[in-house]
Amino acid sequence: MNRNLLKYVLAATLITSVASFYALKSDEGVKADPDNAGLKLPEGFGALKVAETGAKARHLVVTPQGDIYVKLAKPKDGKGILQLHENSDGKAQLTGGFGNYGGTGIYLKDGYLYASSNQEVFRYKLNDQNVVLSPDQPEKIVTGLKMGRQHETKSLVLDNDGNLYVNIGAYSNSCQVQDRGYQSPGMPGCPILDSAGGIWQFKANKLSQSYGDGIRYATGLRNVVGLDWNQQNNQLFVMQHGRDNLNSSWPALYDVKESAELPAECLYALKKGDNAGWPYLYYDQIQHKKIVAPEYGGDKKKEADAKYLDPAVAYPGHMAPNGLLFYTGKMFPEKYKNGAFIAFHGSWNRAPEPQKGYFVVFQPFKDGKPSGDWEIFADNFSGTPEKAAAGRADHRPCGLAQGADGSLYVTDDSKGSIYRIIYTKK
Amino acid sequence: MKRILMIVVLLTMGGLQLSAQTKSKPKPAAKGAKVSAAVMTNGNKIYGQYCLSCHMADGGGVQNMNPPLNGTSYVLGDKTRLIKVILNGFSQNVDIDGESYTNVMAPHNFLKDQEIADVLSYIRNSFGNKASGISVLEVKAVRAKNKK
Repeated sequence: MNRNLLKYVLAATLITSVASFYALKSDEGVKADPDNAGLKLPEGFGALKVAETGAKARHLVVTPQGDIYVKLAKPKDGKGILQLHENSDGKAQLTGGFGNYGGTGIYLKDGYLYASSNQEVFRYKLNDQNVVLSPDQPEKIVTGLKMGRQHETKSLVLDNDGNLYVNIGAYSNSCQVQDRGYQSPGMPGCPILDSAGGIWQFKANKLSQSYGDGIRYATGLRNVVGLDWNQQNNQLFVMQHGRDNLNSSWPALYDVKESAELPAECLYALKKGDNAGWPYLYYDQIQHKKIVAPEYGGDKKKEADAKYLDPAVAYPGHMAPNGLLFYTGKMFPEKYKNGAFIAFHGSWNRAPEPQKGYFVVFQPFKDGKPSGDWEIFADNFSGTPEKAAAGRADHRPCGLAQGADGSLYVTDDSKGSIYRIIYTKK
Repeated sequence: MKRILMIVVLLTMGGLQLSAQTKSKPKPAAKGAKVSAAVMTNGNKIYGQYCLSCHMADGGGVQNMNPPLNGTSYVLGDKTRLIKVILNGFSQNVDIDGESYTNVMAPHNFLKDQEIADVLSYIRNSFGNKASGISVLEVKAVRAKNKK
């Protein structure tokens, strides 16, 4: 009897292992999760959860060798950058971490990994497998950047000519005498702009630069988190976080509905010397006009000086664009090529109106210029529409990256999930 | 065997410590001004006008930006500190119950003593909070000292 049982067990084990071997074989390669990781995607796309980091995952990069470097807003176990490695099925495990500073920016270019704290920019030399050589000995490229309590992150990107672009966010909502104060006027000649509220350009390979070594490349930008270099026309594009508190600071001018819709979250195509006009104006996407800010004598209608830069595209208010990526991959259908993906982290300053965002948008481009209407590409990071409306989203999209095969990666800085979106239609 | 015993003892101690920690959370004051329906109604109105846009309808705040008002030591604890947050605003770099919040709260000293008393009493008795109310006299006293 016992011997028979043993035989059965052995046979069953053998069958199971053979079956799982074949299952493994047929599963080879990257596959979408059965529930597409909870996301809603256009037809033909699928998604998988690459990893659950449980950390505040901000921007990320993915190497052709399947290593993922994720910048964390706050270090986890003393590591501000997580390193993960992907298995052949696309799922990744944590392989290490380094950098004891929190921050947002991370970018890979010409054999170096660049990463920022909220005051400095570092770079790490990579070997030919894109692995960081000395994680504890980065070069300090930029130092001493201003950091307030708000808009403190330093997103970064590089061009093809050895320059580094760093956002220095304005540590203020609208440069009021009393920040976010009730009917508080704007400071004349907003003094914040000399060292914040813009994009600064530095050399990518020079050590210990600060304001004196860099150039204020563009100004009048309240805060930029998502930015990318457009390779088609060799130009910097940024997504600005528009101002808040139109109703709470100026209730006589703006009701709660207007304050929820205005102002636009703007995409700007920047050239050296541009001025987007913060804090003196905001962009009204309903009137399609640059409007003088109430702190500077605006009345909701008065138009701002035409000298200020117009946005390339204006999106609904307060959705918090935290990631921008120009898609240059080959995996997705033709219409996505050279277009922009934008991760909208999701709003808070629309209350008591329903919150918006918590999705990834696709913005079509043609010849390096926006062309056609934007659409929601990846939705339901929040879990349900009710959770999105209440601002109680399960996940909040933040950083974007493109894999070597053309997959689109998205981080979530709420729970630390890393998503990978793939095109599955043959 | 001795080692296992040690581990068991250590684990038990750790567990006790942990439960002691959870117990040391701020306790709402048992006694104090009772909050009337009229105060709650007026407090709710003021909350909707000046507080809701940041602290949200459910009092849960906004992750990393605006602190929640439910179950926090700042709301349920020292009344003077709480009244001062309204009068002076809040922009200190402190962790509130283990989390940090970056948004600046402007002073709301333009609110009348009665309005501050009502909205704070409302907050201390909404969103699952249950604590004593705050009186006009308490606000008046803090404001008088705050001025000098």
